[in-house]
Amino acid sequence: MLVVGFILVAYPLFWILMSSLKKSEEISINIWSLPQVPQWNNYKVAWDKGISQYFINSFIVTLSTIAGVVLFGSLAAFGLSRYKSAWTKYALLIVTGGMMLNPQVCLIPLYQLLTRLNIRNTLFALIIPYIAFRLPLNTLLIRSFFLSVPREIEESATLDGCGSLQTYFKIFLPMSSPILITSAILTAYYAWNEFLFAVIFIDSNKYRTIPAGLMSFRDALQVDWGPLLAGMAISAIPIMIFFISVQKYFIKGMLAGSVKG
Amino acid sequence: MASKRTLKTLEPLGFIFPGVAILLIFVYYPLIQNFINSFFRFSAFSPSKIYVGFDNFKMLFQDSVVLTAIRNNVRYAIVSVLIQVCFGLVLASILEDKAFSKVAIIFRTTFFLPVLISVTVVCLLFSFVYNPMDGLLNRFLELAGLGSLARPWLGSSKTAIWATIAVSQWHSTGYIMMLFIVAIQKIPEELYEAAEIDGASKVRRFFMVTLPQVKEMFFVTSVVTVTGSFMVFNEPYILTRGGGPGTSSTTLAVHMYQSGFFKDMMGYASTLAVIIFLISAALAVVQLTAFKTGED
Repeated sequence: MLVVGFILVAYPLFWILMSSLKKSEEISINIWSLPQVPQWNNYKVAWDKGISQYFINSFIVTLSTIAGVVLFGSLAAFGLSRYKSAWTKYALLIVTGGMMLNPQVCLIPLYQLLTRLNIRNTLFALIIPYIAFRLPLNTLLIRSFFLSVPREIEESATLDGCGSLQTYFKIFLPMSSPILITSAILTAYYAWNEFLFAVIFIDSNKYRTIPAGLMSFRDALQVDWGPLLAGMAISAIPIMIFFISVQKYFIKGMLAGSVKG
Repeated sequence: MASKRTLKTLEPLGFIFPGVAILLIFVYYPLIQNFINSFFRFSAFSPSKIYVGFDNFKMLFQDSVVLTAIRNNVRYAIVSVLIQVCFGLVLASILEDKAFSKVAIIFRTTFFLPVLISVTVVCLLFSFVYNPMDGLLNRFLELAGLGSLARPWLGSSKTAIWATIAVSQWHSTGYIMMLFIVAIQKIPEELYEAAEIDGASKVRRFFMVTLPQVKEMFFVTSVVTVTGSFMVFNEPYILTRGGGPGTSSTTLAVHMYQSGFFKDMMGYASTLAVIIFLISAALAVVQLTAFKTGED
């Protein structure tokens, strides 16, 4: 059973790689065999025909989303874990409730809102909603870590003359780097792969991220399968290697995400 | 002094405000606006809205596509719980068994790989697998002498939804499996040793030790999977180009998208979004209440 499962998963992945090096006709004729002459040119064609632009866009969107989520999330988490008042209670309720809400439900009003703000069809139309929908989970994740920081550390910082902003920057942020990395990786996974917003809020090819870009790439290439498969490989492999190398943090984040989200 | 005190009470707000403001503007405001929209008829391209009362909701009950969509969402949910959650747990417990400890890492990493690929790449891959003429699946069936089973998997209204559901299982089973692996690793070794001393077989140990110990994870992943199944959009949108052939593989989210952005019935699409919201809210309540009782 394990072996059947292994083949079922591994073979299609291998097939992408193998076929991405074939001529387009070869893919349909010799579907199982290895490429006669490796067509490295497919990768160049794919890269030049648009993948490079999608890659850059995905990079910008992902990095900005991470920056926003980690900054606003950790700030809010600090406020929510270090103070207690009626305000923080309501704020916590808003954050927790935010976790239950799905992007699908907000799609149309968000579309209208982004249009009215004149940022639809720009990268901001992805970055801002991504931050908004990832904030609840990550704020709670970081908050649960902040809650475990002993009071004494904060108090001694205050005695040393640290204001609360300084306590946040100089003590809490450096201490919590493992959870911040977890949160950043979880956010990267989301922002790099998000599809619904990416396909609806962006009209022009110039601003498409990889998930939406590949769709128009397919439509543009029609039956020119070699470069399409090369494009798929380009968009999958670097990120696969990245996530496997940070597997430990990623799985920790997944766990937190599923248990609470 | 007094002003210093007000400053002190306002201090937490300074930290919390940016995050909460983003949430209120880009999550909560659209949610409320969506409820309001569902009582109007309007187009994406013109600013005028016509109040129609409950007309959109009445339309919902006369729209046979809604039934198809819900039926497909339910199929999605059932298959996903069976494969991703149940089979994912079985996979996890096999891979955590001592007998496999040497090869487990290879299998574990391989099963996890699809999770790391974006849904677009997965769906494009499967459009090659399902291709009626040159697809891997039909070619394989011919090779295996089962050529009579070959069919246009995505092009037939009978198989399109099942073929789509299968893709999601391929994509996500590794995710749930990994969650179970972590959960199983947390089970104290003594429990297994005690069961072994009692002479319990591996299957029995699975039911006596593993299953009760991962009960909570099982429940959580089931709810998460069911919720995901009712929200599903990407796979049918890409694979069957928006729920085709006809509307045979549509889901609630795809139907909402089609009604709003394709037929330009934004008001009606908002009504469908309300239904999606109600379903997801109900599931969230199930999850929350179950967790409250679990804590006692």
